[in-house]
Amino acid sequence: MTYTIQIINMLASMLLLIAFAMLSQRRILSLINLFAWQGLVLSLSTFVVAYSTDQHHLYYSAGLTLLLKVLVLPWLLHRLIRKLNVRWDVETLINIPTTMLVGIGLVIFAFNLAAPISQLSESITRGLIGIALASVLLSLLMMLTRRKAVPQVVGFLAMENGLFFAATSATHGMPLVVELGIALDVLVATFIFGIFFFQIRETFDSLDISNMEKLKDD
Amino acid sequence: MMTTDQRLGILFQLYQSLLVVLLAPLLTGWVNQCRAWLQNRTGPGLMQPYRTLRKLFHKDAVMAYNASPLFRVTPYILFGCMWLAAAIIPIIAVDLPFSPAADVIALVGVFALARVFIALAAMDIGTAFGTLGARREMLVSFLAEPALLMVFFTASLISHSTQLPRIVEALAHHQFVLYPSLAFAGLAFVIVLLAENARIPVDNPGTHLELTMIHEAMILEYSARHLALVEWASSLKLFAYIAIGIALFVPYGIAEVGNWGALPQAIIALLVKLTLAGAALALLEALLAKMRIFRAPEFLGTAFLLAVLGLLIHFLLGA
Amino acid sequence: MIDLQLMALLLTPLLGGLLLAVFGSRSWAAELNSLMSFCTFIAAVVLTMRVIDSGPQVAFNEQFFIDQFNVFLVALTAFVAFTTSLFSRPYMRIEQHHGKLSTQMLHLYYSMYQLFTLAMLTALTSNNMGIIWVAMEAATLTTVLLVSLYRTPASIEAAWKYFILCGVGIALALFGTILLYFAAERVLGEGGTALLWTHLNQVKGGLEPTVLKLAFVFLLVGYGTKIGLVPLHSWLPDAHAEGPTPVSAVLSGLLLNVALCAVMRSKVLVDGSLGTHFAGNLMMGFGLLSVVVAALFLSRQKDIKRMFAYSSIEHMGLVTFAFGMGGPVATFAAMLHMTVHSLTKSAIFFAVGHAVQKAGTQQMENIRGMMQVSPTVGWGLMLGTLAILGMPPFGIFASEFLIITTAMHDYPWTTPILLIALGIAFAAIFGKVQPIVFGETTAHRLPHQPALIPVFAHLLLVLILGLYMPPYLADWYRQAAALLGG
Repeated sequence: MTYTIQIINMLASMLLLIAFAMLSQRRILSLINLFAWQGLVLSLSTFVVAYSTDQHHLYYSAGLTLLLKVLVLPWLLHRLIRKLNVRWDVETLINIPTTMLVGIGLVIFAFNLAAPISQLSESITRGLIGIALASVLLSLLMMLTRRKAVPQVVGFLAMENGLFFAATSATHGMPLVVELGIALDVLVATFIFGIFFFQIRETFDSLDISNMEKLKDD
Repeated sequence: MMTTDQRLGILFQLYQSLLVVLLAPLLTGWVNQCRAWLQNRTGPGLMQPYRTLRKLFHKDAVMAYNASPLFRVTPYILFGCMWLAAAIIPIIAVDLPFSPAADVIALVGVFALARVFIALAAMDIGTAFGTLGARREMLVSFLAEPALLMVFFTASLISHSTQLPRIVEALAHHQFVLYPSLAFAGLAFVIVLLAENARIPVDNPGTHLELTMIHEAMILEYSARHLALVEWASSLKLFAYIAIGIALFVPYGIAEVGNWGALPQAIIALLVKLTLAGAALALLEALLAKMRIFRAPEFLGTAFLLAVLGLLIHFLLGA
Repeated sequence: MIDLQLMALLLTPLLGGLLLAVFGSRSWAAELNSLMSFCTFIAAVVLTMRVIDSGPQVAFNEQFFIDQFNVFLVALTAFVAFTTSLFSRPYMRIEQHHGKLSTQMLHLYYSMYQLFTLAMLTALTSNNMGIIWVAMEAATLTTVLLVSLYRTPASIEAAWKYFILCGVGIALALFGTILLYFAAERVLGEGGTALLWTHLNQVKGGLEPTVLKLAFVFLLVGYGTKIGLVPLHSWLPDAHAEGPTPVSAVLSGLLLNVALCAVMRSKVLVDGSLGTHFAGNLMMGFGLLSVVVAALFLSRQKDIKRMFAYSSIEHMGLVTFAFGMGGPVATFAAMLHMTVHSLTKSAIFFAVGHAVQKAGTQQMENIRGMMQVSPTVGWGLMLGTLAILGMPPFGIFASEFLIITTAMHDYPWTTPILLIALGIAFAAIFGKVQPIVFGETTAHRLPHQPALIPVFAHLLLVLILGLYMPPYLADWYRQAAALLGG
């Protein structure tokens, strides 16, 4: 194994670790900071892949990630929670240790699912798909277990991070046009989330999603 | 007839045993000193633990009238266990005569043995504090031990052996490889180390606050030479844990098999690593806040989780 | 030439979106919206002619691909988008008159409507599996603010649910796309061509089966969320019930089809790679579950738009099931069903929209006697309901008949399940619509003349398709079915 592969593996593990840290996090501010860190790890790993495979468009991806996920989105989220004045602790639907156990279960599931694929690939990508899938599932779990709108959105964005990691590191980057499209979608989605925060708060006087359980099939 | 090699081996084994037992209080002193500096205090000086030990050895022992022999022998067992553990961990060379005994599972067993005795001794007198401390100690260790085992398993998977010298050998003397799984195990190990050595955020070695203390509550009844041995054993335990940490995660610099000439270098490397580790521990303690005792299970649960993640990542990435 | 025609198709809604972003609050915005939709429809017709004449085409450096399968959806999408824009003109004015919408909201609605059309047409015509994903996500993003247009608590809740669930779903689809790329780059090499469907289709036999299997599961679950397959459907009734009716009509009639088209594109690749019926079985399972669950839920609905939303789930389940069965007849039937369902369901939503405006509520127990207030709305609703329930001579009867006979032949055990589910759906919907259409009324007159031409135009088309299938159309469907490996 060369050093670049080792570094990418290391960064992949850090990505997973941050996903877990987010799952266990109780404060919104730390959650957003963790998200920024995850973006940084993602950007670094993209950069290393770009360097090791000598693909120039990946440098753009790395730069774009750095700009979007480390600077712009966390800044937007910080601004949003300042404006909405929501810095309270995150409430979870299930207590955190249980969530973590479920998370471990998800990681095992993801690794199991990805195992045949990692055996296939002889190169740099070995196992990265599994880690990416695990991060995606963990973020999904976070969205499911959080009651407030902002953590749900951070979960959504973290999920996008996991996917982006799969796209750049596991497959050496999708075509640039696709990556640009994805980045644009994420950005627009964040704006729409922002609009939603205000709409929700205007209507419900709170960003608590549990207010929004009126629509049900009885 | 013994060969020169064997003779040298025994010599160095003895040397290491003496080294650890003498160095352990110094490490504790160093950690305390760093902590003092970080808190903008002058600090008691590096030698304070030795002075405390000397003072305690000179005092007359006082025993509760209902203390059983168990209470009496516990400090010796404790000291013996910790000394044994610290002495067999490969810290300067990988093929000392006792090193085959340094199996990671056996090490966990040695620590557990010491813990059983101190917990029994704490309950022996029958005071409320002793029992409370024993109960809390058991709660913490029952969560920390599986995490520690998981950490060891991760390392064993990489080197295909549960013998600490073989693990060190595999990590230190083969081509340098970044192991993501070991990074996870390392984080888990730090948490276990904090919990098992009664450091902040799980316990605070500096106070006797009844609501929070764990370790101190158990040894309240000890005095004089017994207390000295218990304190010394605590220092040895911290030393042993840091030594295990060094052996598992930064073994570089340790002398190779049959290469006695590298020993001076290895000892210097060890001292540097211990100094750094002690400072890092102090820094960590300065940064963290003492958590409520009821949060400790969650904290240790995190350690277990990290160790399991490390294992899983090892299986997935093969590294 | 094909480049130009395609450009016309895609640039018209883009231009419309931009124009309406500027002029959306003018009094003639609704007319402009219809005009742009009409131009898009014309462009679609031209493109369709072209493809019928000269077969599948690639355009713009192979980034776009039009064959018989997607061009029929393009034509359908452009047509329903056009008729919906006609319908929405008076409908939205009445809503504004009732004080439910402000001019700014209409402004948003018009420009988003055009952009939504653009997103759907891009998703349909793109050759790049990655761009298909991007366009599907864009379709969600453009409609999510439309669902919450009324700013009522319920509509915001519905929009949030829609956004989060579809966001999650679409993220899983992206993972599937990444896996697809992962498999493809080993065969096609890195770079631009590895996600192009035409290229993938050529080498599908060489794609790694294990990866494709996993990829398809993710793609099906991901796009399946958009199709509204059970158990990923829970956003769909809410979004349909709480959004403005034109939005319900295009969501139900078009977006679900577009998502299904993406799934079918993936299925072709997976079938080629695996050589088994894995993808088909999965789709049949999801489809059957959707039909049954939706049918059971239908009878419990109180809200009329919600009920028809469940009916959409049921029909999309049926289409998914038919595509899953595969074979020329089932695929043919599935495409026919997609067409007639789109037309009928949007017609129903048009009629329901006006009925709800007249009655002032969406609760079915309070909507009564439409026949008295407005025979056209009443007849539209009645005929639409009969059509959607699969009554002969409407086209849905023909397609359902084909699906069920194929099922009887290939998978006999599914037939009773399907028939019972359809029976339950019939009883549920008909029992509820009948008193709405007939009976004593409390409804009042509307300030604007409702647009009912689209309703009857759609129903007429469905009727024609049921009675007589023009040979060129049948041919066209057959070719498309062959393309899908039927």
